[in-house]
Formats: sequence, C-alpha cells, structure tokens
Amino acid sequence: MSIDAVILMLVAMAILWGGLVVAIVRLNRHDLPPLEEIHRDL
Amino acid sequence: MESMSSSVDQATRRGAFSSRKVFILAAIGSAVGLGNIWRFPYVAYENGGGAFLIPYLVALLTAGIPFLLMDYAIGHKHRGSAPLSFARMRRGAEFLGWWQVGICFLIAVYYAAVIAWALRYMLFSLDEAWGDDPEGFFVTEFLETGEPGVSLEVVLGVLTPLVIVWVAVLVIMALGVEKGVGRLSLYFIPILIVAFAILVVRAVTLDGAMDGLDAFFSPNWEALTEPGVWAAAYGQIFFSLSIGFGIMITYSSYVDRRSDMPGAGLVVGFANSGFELLAGIGVFAALGFMAQASGVAVDEVVEGGIGLAFIVFPAMISQAPAGALIGVLFFGSLVIAGLTSLVSVIEVVISAVRDKFEMTRVGASMAVGVPAALMSLVLFSTTSGLHVLDIVDHFINQYGILLVAVVSMLVVAWAMRALPILADHLNRTGSLRLGKIWFALLAVVAPLALGYILVDALVADIKTPYGGFPDWMLAVFGWGGAVGVVVFGLVASLVRWRAGTPLQEPYEQIEEDAR
Repeated sequence: MSIDAVILMLVAMAILWGGLVVAIVRLNRHDLPPLEEIHRDL
Repeated sequence: MESMSSSVDQATRRGAFSSRKVFILAAIGSAVGLGNIWRFPYVAYENGGGAFLIPYLVALLTAGIPFLLMDYAIGHKHRGSAPLSFARMRRGAEFLGWWQVGICFLIAVYYAAVIAWALRYMLFSLDEAWGDDPEGFFVTEFLETGEPGVSLEVVLGVLTPLVIVWVAVLVIMALGVEKGVGRLSLYFIPILIVAFAILVVRAVTLDGAMDGLDAFFSPNWEALTEPGVWAAAYGQIFFSLSIGFGIMITYSSYVDRRSDMPGAGLVVGFANSGFELLAGIGVFAALGFMAQASGVAVDEVVEGGIGLAFIVFPAMISQAPAGALIGVLFFGSLVIAGLTSLVSVIEVVISAVRDKFEMTRVGASMAVGVPAALMSLVLFSTTSGLHVLDIVDHFINQYGILLVAVVSMLVVAWAMRALPILADHLNRTGSLRLGKIWFALLAVVAPLALGYILVDALVADIKTPYGGFPDWMLAVFGWGGAVGVVVFGLVASLVRWRAGTPLQEPYEQIEEDAR
C-alpha cells in the first residue's frame, strides 16, 4: 500500500471508529434531568 | 398521576422499546443494510477513493446527522407513527406520513426478495454451486431471468427462500416492538458485527488484499473539485442512514420521553458510517485477492450492488482458501443486515395502521404483512423478478425516498417553521445543544444538496430511459410506483382516525388530562 493510502485508512478509522467510541462515552456520561423538571417544561 | 397513566396507556397500546440500548441497536439495525455492504465501497472507490472521506464526513455532519435528529424530534415529541406525528404537527401535513408509509410498503415488497437470494447463496457457498460461471449461474440458472417483461412463471428456487423470509418477518412483527423488533436487533446486530469482523480479518490476510486496500484508499484529490463527487457523498449518507421515510420517526416514538435523543443520534450515525468503513475494507481486500488470482488490475474486478454480491463475490469465494467460510459469513451478513432493515421498513406501515385503525398488534401485522408477502411472491419469485426489482428500486429510491425527504424537510422548516420547537424538545434532555446551525443545515444545506441529486437523477432519467427497459415497464413499475405512493398518501390522509387516537399534541393532552 502507498503511504497516502495507509494514512487515509488510519485517518478514516480514527474519525469514524473513534467518533463512535466518543459518542458512546458521551451518551453514557450525560446526566438526564429529573422527570419532574421535564414535566415542568411541558 | 392521571397524566402519567395516560402516557403509560399509550405506550402499552402502541408498544415501546424497553431501554435506550434496544432503541439504538434497532436504529443501527435499520440503518446498516445491504447498501452499507455493497454500495458504499463502490461509491467511495468511484468518487476519489481515500479523498472521498472528506465529502463523506461533511455530508454526515451537515445533512445525515441533522436530518436524523429531525426525524427523532418529530417522532419522540409527537409519540406517533409517521402519519400521526405529522398530523399532530399540522393536520394538513398528515399526507407526508402516508406518502412515507406507501414508500415503505413498496420497499419491503422487493427488499425481501434480495434477502431471499442471499439466504439461498449462503447454502450455495457450501459447495460453490455456481461453478466457474457465477454470472450465468445467477442470471440464468438461479433466477431463470427471461427477456424484459412480466412473467408469471414461478422460479421455485426463489419462491422457497422468499416464503421463509416472509414467514420470519410476520412472526417478528406479530411479536411486537420490544419482543420482535427490539430483540431481533439486540441479538443479531452483535452477531452481524462479529461475523463481518471475522470476514474482514480473513479477507485482509488473503494474498493481494493490500492491492485492493491500496485501490480503495489511494486518494484522488482532484475528484473533490467535481460537484458529482459531493452529490455522491450526500446521496450515500442519505440512503444509508434510513432517514426521511418514516423509520426513525416511528422508532423514536417508542422511546422513553426521558432520553438523550441527540446523543443516541450521534451513536447511530457514527455506527452506521463505521460499519461502512469496515465493509469497504472487507470488500476491497477480497477484490484485491481476486484481482491478483485472476492476473488483472483491481479496477477490472470492481463492481457494486447486486453484481458485487451475487457475481463478483461468488467468483472470489471459488478462488479463496476456505471460500465456503467467506461465503457463509458474507451472505449471512447480508441476510442479517437486510432482515433488521426490512422489519424497520414494515414497522412504519404497521405502526401507522395501528394508530389509524382499531387493530391488535397481531391483526395489524397480518393485515400489512400478508398482502406485502403475496405481492412480493407474485412479483419477485418469477422469471421477471430481477427486471422488476431493478426498476422499482431505482424509481422508489430517487422519486420516493429522496423526493419525500426534500418535501418534508421544506415543509417542516419553511411552511410549519417547526424547527425551533423541535430543537427545544431535543434540548430538554439532549447532550447536544441544537440551535441556529442546525436550523440552517436543515432549512438550506440539506435540501439544496438532496435537491441537486434529485434534479440530476430526473434529467438523466428523462434523457435516457433507465436501464434500457421498455417504456411501458418504466411507466408501470417506475413512474407508476412513484406517483402511486403520492396518491396513496393523499387518499389515506382523508380516512378518519380511530376514536382512541387524539390528534392534539400528546403533551397538551397530558396537561389537559391533568386539569
């Protein structure tokens, strides 16, 4: 494989698979507001 | 307390996902379909190789995920199927939802046929039944394809797996949202990922695999100056994310109100694209092996779509060590990816029918599934199945999915001016704050990009009749299908809603109940 191809493969992996990992971690760390607060906003 | 019991009753009646995890897996199952495996690698290769990553990412972030979040917001806020959610937004917009329902019904009818082919090819892989002529075997021996036209001559080799697929779908749909759709995704999406990962590992360890990956990732930077390449990126993202035709509206209506929907959308968007990258690596590693084994350049063996799956891959399987294993993993992956997408498409129709009429889950599943299965068997288990499928697929994608997406985006953003309200809803519990950038992407960028693709396709189809098929076939199965779903949408929106389905905003209903 050419250097260009290797670099782009690694960049694609880092962005798409890394992005997925970050999105999962972000989702798990996000605290939801209490139910009463959601009701107050209705 | 009364308001709580009202929403709980609705959830019990309509069905719901038991957890955020089940919803996310179901949404990934819907998004990851046949197109991820056989469309993305070819589109990326043809449009700049490694350089395609740039327009692809731009399209994902500026159209794919924003549109996905709009679908989530509509379904999650209005707690209904696509027609009910649109009707709750504005009574006159209900037809958009039924238009989407019609599109989903047509897609389900032909999508099942491709899954049936893949199911049969899983078995063919064991003894490489295609011999040394995979193309002749697929077209002539397996599908028994005749001249373009309509034939009622049944092909038993297609009929049998197609019946199996439809029986499986009917059982899954009758089991309901959580026990059917939810559990299918909960168990089969991890299996799909593991199976495909094994396939990729096997493929990249074949001789010549690096040549294939080199062809796939080598960048052609000049391609980035061509509008067609950017259009291809937006098209790939749009078609692969299952957005704009009711699926994500329906699924998000089954999610608990207290959920981080934007956060879930990011996971689904990146999981879908991550799987496409995995598919690209697996497919091009396999193509590299095949090119080397045949003594030709990689570009001579590259193909996409049905040709890649049922002609090129069988040829590769015949030449590869442990080819049967590769075949079972590849076609098994197609079956799982296809099935989880098919149930999501059918769920759009069942959910709408249940909201509109007084029907049980099993009753609605049969009322929708049996006619769809019969239509599928009549049209696609005959010797003319391949031709009809090719036409319906092309026209319903371009002038069904794409058109309804552009129209609904414009209606929501400009006619209803509903984006700020939808953003407010997602911002209440979301980890991603939506504001003016999101409005601009949905009101301007995405409609322009998708509108360009639509006009480009329309000009091409007017200039040259699609696929060289006879005009009457294109008129009946192509334009006829695309126009038919619009007419269906308008007619269905005139039918009265069942007494137990309130058309006012569900939260207003809750407040009203509380008073």
